[in-house]
Amino acid sequence: MERHLDEELEKLNVDLLKMATLTERAIHNSVEALKQGNKELAEAVIANDETIDEMEIRIEEQIIDLLALFQPMASDLRFITTAMHINAEMERIADLTVNISQRAIELADQPLLKPLVDIPKLADQAKWMMNKAIDSFVKHDENLAKEVILSDKRSNELRSLVISELITDYMAKDGSTVPRAVPLLLVARDLERICDHAAAIAEDVIYMIQAKIVKHHREKLQGGS
Amino acid sequence: MVDSIVDIKTTTKADKVSTNQIKIQVKHFNFYYDTVQALKNIQMDIRMNTVVGIIGPSGCGKSTFLRCFNRMNDTINGIRYEGVIEIDGRNIFDKTLDVVDLRREVGMVFQKSNPFPKSIFENVAYGLKINGIKDQNFIAERVEYSLRGAALWDEVKDRLNKSAFALSGGQQQRLCIARALAVEPEVLLLDEPASALDPIATAKVEELIHELKKKYTILIVTHNMQQAARVSDYTAFFMMGELKEYDVTNKIFTNPKEKITEDYVTGRFG
Repeated sequence: MERHLDEELEKLNVDLLKMATLTERAIHNSVEALKQGNKELAEAVIANDETIDEMEIRIEEQIIDLLALFQPMASDLRFITTAMHINAEMERIADLTVNISQRAIELADQPLLKPLVDIPKLADQAKWMMNKAIDSFVKHDENLAKEVILSDKRSNELRSLVISELITDYMAKDGSTVPRAVPLLLVARDLERICDHAAAIAEDVIYMIQAKIVKHHREKLQGGS
Repeated sequence: MVDSIVDIKTTTKADKVSTNQIKIQVKHFNFYYDTVQALKNIQMDIRMNTVVGIIGPSGCGKSTFLRCFNRMNDTINGIRYEGVIEIDGRNIFDKTLDVVDLRREVGMVFQKSNPFPKSIFENVAYGLKINGIKDQNFIAERVEYSLRGAALWDEVKDRLNKSAFALSGGQQQRLCIARALAVEPEVLLLDEPASALDPIATAKVEELIHELKKKYTILIVTHNMQQAARVSDYTAFFMMGELKEYDVTNKIFTNPKEKITEDYVTGRFG
């Protein structure tokens, strides 16, 4: 039986996917702006954040209406609460891309301290995790969600690598590198946080599918359920 | 077939319930209207001082099931049952059991409030009087106690001698609950007690159920799933005479085990 609620859930799903597309694009563009020293692209990311903010509010209102009007139960309830969390996570990711874009603008007029090697790797990791987290949501793919969560370890390692290299090889040796090293350090931190939010989305997906909260207990995911 | 004893190890609303003592046990229970089997091999344990919500589509057997606990079905011709329902370890179908005693122990409130054409006071005192109690002070005390228990005392204490029909629908329903409480039952059966009430009166009845479970074990049949979710500690889902799933309420409404329960609580059929 097709329910009125199904139509509303489909609308919510479509809006979340639009928001995911915008967020993924923001990650990509902010990193490209940094790599290319492209101020215009960075400014575009900052300007687009308003659209994402508005979308977050619209989706949140949609969710509140669904809860109030339909009083959903079981899998419907889990889908809607997951959507609510994912919505908030994506908005935070978008805010972090604004930070990265601001750093890109700061660095655009100066020569790069060093060729970017690990930051692009971390950026690829963030894009992969975000993309797969959303994929796992769309496809209700629990295994993919687990893969995303477990891969978060790699983002922590890359961030530590970037930070220790910047401190040991540059800032500690030559104080004049600090103004160009600190923005890169902040970018590494922001990218790693994006990975954390992507992992949180994947955790929500597992709740949606299994009604099991795995937050704070990632070790339980090792070697199966 | 469902597990008769629900696992309550997980953190749930039911964990807050004060006791794990089993009050009622239903064992291999079948019920027939002539040749039609209305209940099929029901097995269920009900813990003391909990509220069990009974849900399911029309005709699933939930009201028949509820009426078994005080043998209200006995008045219908052609009924037959097999199996056992024990309250405090005693089979309610035992031939030596007095049905009047059983009905004193197991009170019932119906969908439509049915006050007697008497005063508010007399409605509540009725059960005591027919049980031979003549001590007027005792009766007055018990009437007040019951009306307080039904959260009605403050609204009616100045007009106890007025007709019960002068009360609003919600007040009449709470009067019926007070009437059931007056004879000090241990189990309360509520058959859609709020389905004819407005939202405010419904909220009062629901609050009352929440309070009453501290003293009584309560079974409530309801078509309103949100109500079942709000008031009950455990929920039993019936379908075509079978108990399809019985579990702690949060589990039934967030992650039911059976697909058929999921389909029912999400409104995919009804």
